[in-house]
Formats: sequence, structure tokens, C-alpha cells
Amino acid sequence: MTSAYGPVSDWANDIDHAEPEYNERAHEIWDELREGGCPVAHTDRYGGMWAPLTHELVKEVAYDTDHFTSRGVVVNTGRPIAEAPVGPAPPITSDPPFHQHARRLLLPPFSPKAIDPWEPEVRRLCNQLLDEMGDIEPGDTIVDAAIQYAQHIPVNVISRMLGFPVEDDDYFRRCVHEFLELVNVPVEEREQSDLNLDAYLDRQIEEHRQDPRDDLTTYLLNAEIGGNKLSHEHVRGSMVLLLIAGIDTTWSAIGSSIWHLAQHPDDLRRLVDEPDLMLFALEEFLRAYAPVTMARLVAKDHDFHGCPMKEDEWVLLPFPAANRDPEFFDDADEFVIDREANRHAAFGLGIHRCLGSNLARLELKIAIEEFIKRFPKFELAGDTRWSVGQIRGPRELPIRVLDTA
Amino acid sequence: MATTYDHGMRVEVNADLCQGHNRCYALAPELFDVDDYGTAVVIGDGTVTPELEDKAKLAVANCPEYAITIVE
Repeated sequence: MTSAYGPVSDWANDIDHAEPEYNERAHEIWDELREGGCPVAHTDRYGGMWAPLTHELVKEVAYDTDHFTSRGVVVNTGRPIAEAPVGPAPPITSDPPFHQHARRLLLPPFSPKAIDPWEPEVRRLCNQLLDEMGDIEPGDTIVDAAIQYAQHIPVNVISRMLGFPVEDDDYFRRCVHEFLELVNVPVEEREQSDLNLDAYLDRQIEEHRQDPRDDLTTYLLNAEIGGNKLSHEHVRGSMVLLLIAGIDTTWSAIGSSIWHLAQHPDDLRRLVDEPDLMLFALEEFLRAYAPVTMARLVAKDHDFHGCPMKEDEWVLLPFPAANRDPEFFDDADEFVIDREANRHAAFGLGIHRCLGSNLARLELKIAIEEFIKRFPKFELAGDTRWSVGQIRGPRELPIRVLDTA
Repeated sequence: MATTYDHGMRVEVNADLCQGHNRCYALAPELFDVDDYGTAVVIGDGTVTPELEDKAKLAVANCPEYAITIVE
């Protein structure tokens, strides 16, 4: 596949989050733009895209569902065919007033009390992955914390919640790659992947119709809005959302947290010695290395603080940039492991707060806890390869183990 | 109104602003609970005993939606 665009030379006037340099240098790029007096970057790529970079402006867009529609949330060269207010993957692609109905029916299975019982299973899975790394020779053995660890955790949990075969995890990760990373290619190249995933989900829906189970797919098939069952497209769209959003987001957060600890032995030592610190450390990982940038489409022509936004242009919602805005956070560029006041926006702001935040938090917490319990000392052992696109995290993360429990 | 504690501190959740981030529930489970939809609710009448004052302030300082307030 070929990129429709090319490398970026002017981030203020030609920003492209899907060029590899963006995720490699994200923190520097945001700082350079903000300090250079550019709170909103722009590009003609993707048919027009804006990118507010301060907490205040990101929040304003997130709260303004009149001028900005969620009909499309993944910036790419095309535009979604499905119309507002439902969109292709409800509720994340839905606008008010429909949004609250689609969201409300998915809140209970992701509430803290429904998610907490997964803890022992996630812990078991993490330990299994650590066991599978084989014999570890401290000071010598190199493991890849993204490939051998982080990438397996969320996909395993969400496919079991949905009632999909966990053996299909390679396929799910490929979908995530095609859906979220291959965004600056001609739209025809994306269409085939969408069709393949729809066909896969159609088979799952049919199997669950014939053989209902205690899982989210059966839950969606039985769900009702206003006394009516959901349409096939709604069920399938929500499954796309849960599958896609439930994989590389948390995988990225786990990887970035381990990437940080590998380079900050003081933080690693404190977290090993003071496990209770995790209450604050977890949120600081989420603030400093928030993986998820969302997007909106401009619903109607709109002057946004002097930016002439046109209908159907994209607006990136870089919550990770908001999380590093020095106007909003003290020492925004520093990782403060015991930061107590932390209104971070890693899970978004407003009505589209990440539905899976409780699950993500549980997975991230346990994945870090088990990794550092097994490997109380480690360091980077080579180049990290970062994802491209709206989800930022390590895809290759070689780690040299320096000590084992 | 007479309260058990001289300072009479209470926490309140604005249900219109709460989006279910559940930070308060994680930081101060003695003061906040969550319903089946993940929305925060105060426990009892929200009275904050002196030993929970710090936790109440933490909950306020960590709510991304500014949905929690302390009333004295």
C-alpha cells in the first residue's frame, strides 16, 4: 500500500498524524507548535483537517456536539457513508439525541462492578505470557514487551467478552492495523478490509443467533432501544467499536508505560518498593502517555477561534496533547509518579468518555504490576518502533531484563 | 441544620456533568459509589468526616469533568 501523502516539513500548516515522525516525536511537535503560537494546526491532507493542541480547545470541541459530529472518528482519505446521528459504529460514532440510547445500553457491562471480576483472569493471562518468555538470564535476555506481552492482553480479554475465538487474535490485530494505521492510503484500499471484517462479524452474529451465550454479542442481539431490537447494522457497528477500540488502545498504554519505566530506574524502583503508589502512578501513565486521539467531522461551516472550518473537514482531538498542555498541568512535560491532582483526559471528555475505561484501567494496572513483579529491573535494549495514526504506542519494544523476582 | 461535625463538610456530584470516569470511586470509595451505569453517587448524604477530608479533596482534584464539589 502506498501513502497518499508524504513526509511533513511544516507541522503547523501541514500536520499529518499518520506520518511515522508524528508518533515518534509527538511530545516535541506539540510543544513546538504551542510555543510557536499555533494552538490549532491544519493541513489540506485528508480533504482538510484541523488539530487543536491545547486542553482548552480540545475540551471545547469535545463538548460541542452541535458544530462537530462524531459520524467519523478515524481520520482517513474518505468520509463515512453512514449518516448522523447513528454513524457506522454506535455509540462512538453517534450524536445526540440518539447517542445516549446506544451508549446507555452498553454502560452496564463496562461498569466497574461488571469489570472488576475480570481481575484474576487478567492476572493469570499476564503471568502466562511472562512464563512463555522462557528462561530469563538477567543482564542477557532480551524480551519484546510489545510483541511478547502488551499486544496479547487486551485482545484476549475483549474477544472473550464478545464471545469470539481467541485464536483469531492475529486477524483482529490485522483489522486494527488496517483500520487505524493505514489511513493515508486511497480509500479503495480501506474498503476491502471493512468488507472482510463485516463478513467475519456477520458470521459471529449468525452463530450467536443460533447458539446464544453469556457474552456481549448475545447481549447486543437481545438489547432494545425504546422496545425495539437493534438493527443488524447497529449490532455489527457496536461490535466493530468494541473490537477495534478494545485492542491497540490498552496495548499501547501498557507498552508506553513499560517504555517509560525502562528509562527511569528511579520510578521503576519506587513502584516496585511501594505498590500502593499505583493509585497515582496509573493515572500519570495515562496522562503522560495517553494513547488515544479521537476525531470529529465539522458538522457545518464554523469559525473556530479564527479558523475557517468547513463542513466535512476533519478535526483531530488529541487528548494526549491536552494532557501535556503546560497551561493546564503543572510540570506538564514531567512524569510525576505520585502526581495527586490529575484531571487528565486520557479517556476523553464529555459524552463520549471511553466506554471501556474501567476495563482499560484494570488491564493496564495488572499488566504493569505483573511485569515489574517478575522483572523488577530492566532497560531498553534497542530501538522502539511506534505505531502510526491516532493510537500511539510501541509496536516493537526490546527490553533487557536486569533482574528477576 | 445541625451536623455531627463542626466543619460540616459534604461532597456533591453533579449528575449532569458526571461522565463516569470513576476517578472519585477509585480514590475515595468511602465517599462515592457508582451505579450500574458507572455514574458516581455520593454515599449517604455526602458528609465528609475529618479523616476523609483529604480524600474528598483528591476526588475533586481528579474529576476531569469538574462534576464534584465540596460544600461547607
